Amino acid sequence: MSLDKGTVKRVAQLARLRLDDEQLEKTAEELNKIFAWIEQLDEVDVSNIEPLASVTGHSLPERMDEVTDGNYPDRVLSNAPDRASNFFTVPKVVE
Amino acid sequence: MSSILDLDLASARSALQKKEVSAVELTETYLSVMSSNDHLNCYITSTPEKALDMASKSDHRINSGDALPLDGIPIAIKDLFCTDGVLTTAGSHILNGFIPTYESSVTENLWENGAVMLGKCNMDEFAMGSANTTSYFGAVENPWRSDDRQKSPLVPGGSSGGSASAVASRLALAATGTDTGGSIRQPGSFCGIVGLKPTYGRCSRWGTIAFASSLDQAGPLTRTVRDAAIMLKAMAGHDPKDSTSANLQVPDFESALTNDVRGLRIGVPREYLLDGMPSEIEKLLETGIEMLRTAGATIVDVSMPHTKFALPTYYIIAPAEASSNLARYDGVRYGLRIEGDNLDDMYEKTRSVGFGAEVKRRILIGTYVLSAGYYDAYYLKAQRVRSLIKQDFDLVFDNVDVLLTPTAPSDAFAIGENDDDPIKMYLNDIFTVPASLAGVPAISVPVGLSKNKLPLGLQIIGKMFDEELVLRVGGALEGMAGFKSRPAGGA
Repeated sequence: MSLDKGTVKRVAQLARLRLDDEQLEKTAEELNKIFAWIEQLDEVDVSNIEPLASVTGHSLPERMDEVTDGNYPDRVLSNAPDRASNFFTVPKVVE
Repeated sequence: MSSILDLDLASARSALQKKEVSAVELTETYLSVMSSNDHLNCYITSTPEKALDMASKSDHRINSGDALPLDGIPIAIKDLFCTDGVLTTAGSHILNGFIPTYESSVTENLWENGAVMLGKCNMDEFAMGSANTTSYFGAVENPWRSDDRQKSPLVPGGSSGGSASAVASRLALAATGTDTGGSIRQPGSFCGIVGLKPTYGRCSRWGTIAFASSLDQAGPLTRTVRDAAIMLKAMAGHDPKDSTSANLQVPDFESALTNDVRGLRIGVPREYLLDGMPSEIEKLLETGIEMLRTAGATIVDVSMPHTKFALPTYYIIAPAEASSNLARYDGVRYGLRIEGDNLDDMYEKTRSVGFGAEVKRRILIGTYVLSAGYYDAYYLKAQRVRSLIKQDFDLVFDNVDVLLTPTAPSDAFAIGENDDDPIKMYLNDIFTVPASLAGVPAISVPVGLSKNKLPLGLQIIGKMFDEELVLRVGGALEGMAGFKSRPAGGA
């Protein structure tokens, strides 16, 4: 299979990345090479093989659902590029 | 001329405890060679004031008889670990000006053991790279110089390239790194030092900026295997704040260093011998085999049939996880923000300016393989192949105690080489990625020099949570190889 410029553009939009026309062209070419190389996985028979998401072999620990941290808005907001009192800000999203 | 910089971590520890040198004196010496070796670009941020303050507290404890295990040992921290009050960049522009208000668990453990922070090390952006050429803060130089490429500086490997170069250049006694597909071991091999990737779960990931969460693991880069054992002991441990952190006692890794390999069964997987691989890599492996055999180990020819599929599997799983992890960089809560006409415009502008080319490439690969219609064909398929790769390790470890392989398929190359060919760059990790996918521990130990007079390492891979045996065999190999060569550059 091969990725055309349109597909790359759609994927870039999903990832919130903007590529100009020249970058789209170059990226499509690079990604096609990478996916052509990845296609060697077609040789592997994976029927009846379970997908592996974690190597730890143990189930995730549980804890009580209670607040254990917090109450320091200034620390939380100390790296915000922009803030209004105790809030992060974004460009206006509702009219 | 013998210098205080010649002391490895274990010797410095004993000199400090015997009060032959003070922590402040040792720290000042490192700070001074750091500033005279700026051109290597090992550090993004130096923290001299913090270092001297920590060192003087160490001296105080040593003098009052309350010395901690790492008191007064000056170390460097890969800039992927969040450090309270100290700029943390992940080698990226998108974290512009980010100063964490908390400390990563691994660095917290090190400071609680008395270690002294010299600064934050350069690295490939978000740990994505094998040459340390993708950093927003510029490429790192390897202190080694090739015989036939006298003029062109070489890469230190990546992604923990700043950490590896700092240790090899004697600009730190040891350093932390992180390894997702080889990012500790490959730079260890390129720089002629020891690099240890522990078992997944041995060190907490809390406060370490995430790349691929099912693979990321912190570990040490050091001058000797003993130093790696000392560092790992201090870094490791269960952490309730990381749900994948292993709830296991941390052994005293140093006491595992007996050098005794008699009776051990050491597997050499035939799939790690590649067509077209430089003959010197194969020769190095034969040298390692001969040393371990002479020391009394039994060498076993083994097969791990899915080895060749590890790298393409990795290049689905790691970018998929990265695309999710890196979604958080949106210009709202921290780091860079480029204003836009609306929310999406702000997101796109921020991320397009903030991320470098390799990071964007991997976000795109990851987004694509997770997108509707492709998830089963790529992501689920890769996870199934990952099962088979892990199974290869499970089966082979029924028959052998550890595996011996090359660490990397070549010696260090020139800065700029391979930059235009992603796949060629990815192939650097061909021998390190399988252990990452399986989660098992592995160490790279310097064993010899290439024909260009550059260091080459061999890798010992062990069973889950069997760092002790990995370190024991690594230590034996180190002793027999007697690698004493020093780079031309550095302090």
